[in-house]
This record gives sequence, structure tokens and C-alpha cells, in this order.
Amino acid sequence: MSITIATSLDLKGLSCPLPIIKTAKAMKELAPGQLLEAFATDPGSVSDFKAWAKVTGNPLVEAGEDGGVYRFVLRKKEA
Amino acid sequence: MSVTLDRPLTETTTDEPVEKKPEQTDKLIIFAWSGELDKIWPTLILATTGAAMGKETTIFFTFWGLFPLVKNEIRVTGENWMQKMLAVMNRGGDEHLKLSKMNFAGAGPAMMKHLAKEHHVASPDELLTIAKELGVHLIPCQMTMDMMGLKREDLIDGLEEPAGATKALADAQGAITLFI
Repeated sequence: MSITIATSLDLKGLSCPLPIIKTAKAMKELAPGQLLEAFATDPGSVSDFKAWAKVTGNPLVEAGEDGGVYRFVLRKKEA
Repeated sequence: MSVTLDRPLTETTTDEPVEKKPEQTDKLIIFAWSGELDKIWPTLILATTGAAMGKETTIFFTFWGLFPLVKNEIRVTGENWMQKMLAVMNRGGDEHLKLSKMNFAGAGPAMMKHLAKEHHVASPDELLTIAKELGVHLIPCQMTMDMMGLKREDLIDGLEEPAGATKALADAQGAITLFI
């Protein structure tokens, strides 16, 4: 099974609140069901992405970390 | 840009249904009363984040909070000598803000801005631009403008119509309300 990612964001080095703001902007461009992936280095982004997903209703389908880089995958919610 | 994941997505992370708790509100209003750098900065961080979370967000700028909205190139505002003196003592513009503590005649803000740049924190100026892009309502207080002699053309572009306390409190109805 392969799922394509519609948009990939490089948010490495950015501090709060820019990772979420750039993600929110990019999510607006997606169609329902499409996926966005984001790479960040701000440790605060771990809880921020979780909270943003919960409040906005766009599911965070994956969250991981590799060598200090966090990777998040969000799915645009159905309209 | 399209990338293919090498493994299926696990649908377990936080794929919980969104619970709309009764206390969860979709509006945020911040009363920006202080004009200092270390107060305006978090105000703009919270406002842009609120808008990015889909909340209808408003900042009501009142008293000292109005001065950061003065155009940076305008040195003196006001019509009479008292208003002018006030502007001289308290220069407007988001590039000329002071810190509420450890200002050290401007050395404090300079160091703070240096640290922010190093840590890729957006400046108040950048955050104001983002706030406008995200549709944050930026409302100047009419009464403060009159009292301090600030004219509409002294203030930056992209603001909404100046308004009073009633409009601000009406916007605050059912909203998360912060006074900074």
C-alpha cells in the first residue's frame, strides 16, 4: 500500500509559532483527504502539532523523530 | 510536490474523534494594552497561532498598545504640545519598542532581537504581516486615538475601523479573552 503526500514542508530551525502557522497555511491548499508532511526541529512542535490536530479536526496520522528532526503527517479533514 | 511513503500510515497516533467540549470556543480576543516589546510580541504570537488554529481572532489595541501600530518612520504624533511630548517620550512604531524590564536604554531590546534572530523567532513586524494575512482583526481604540492625538494616517495599513469598548466587548462574547 502506498499513500502519496501532497505537500512536504521543511520547518527545520523555525521557532514557535512559525511551524504551526506555515502548516496551517499549507493545509488550506489541500483537498479533503490529502496528506501533508512536515519536518521540524522545535521540540515544542511535538505537543503543538498534536494540539493543532485536535482543535482543528485534521487528524495527525503520524508523528515521529529521527536524529533530532520531528516528522509529522496530517490528513486534511473532510469538509 | 509528491512523495511516496515507504510504509503504510499507522492510523493510531492521534486519530481520535474531535470532541467539541462545551468550553471550547472558536474565538480569541486579546486586549493589547501595553506597548512594550515583551508584551506585544507574545500578543502577536498568540493571535497568529489562534488564527492558524481556525479561531476568529481579534486584537483590540488600546492605551499604550496603540503606539506599536504607529508607522516606524513617523517621529512625532499628536496635535497639541502634551500629545507631542507624549510621543517624544514614548516613540511609536514596532521597531522602537522598549522592554518592560532590563531595557538598558535600548540595549535590552537590541539583544532580545539578536537572540530572536538567532533562534529564528519571527519579529513583531513579521508577525503583524502574518496576522493580517491570516485575517486577524486588528482594531485600534478610537478613544485612545483621540486622547493621544493619533490620526488614522499615523497608523500602519491593514487595520480595521477604530472602535470603542462596546464593539470590543461584543467581539469578546463567547471568546477566549486575554488582557496583555
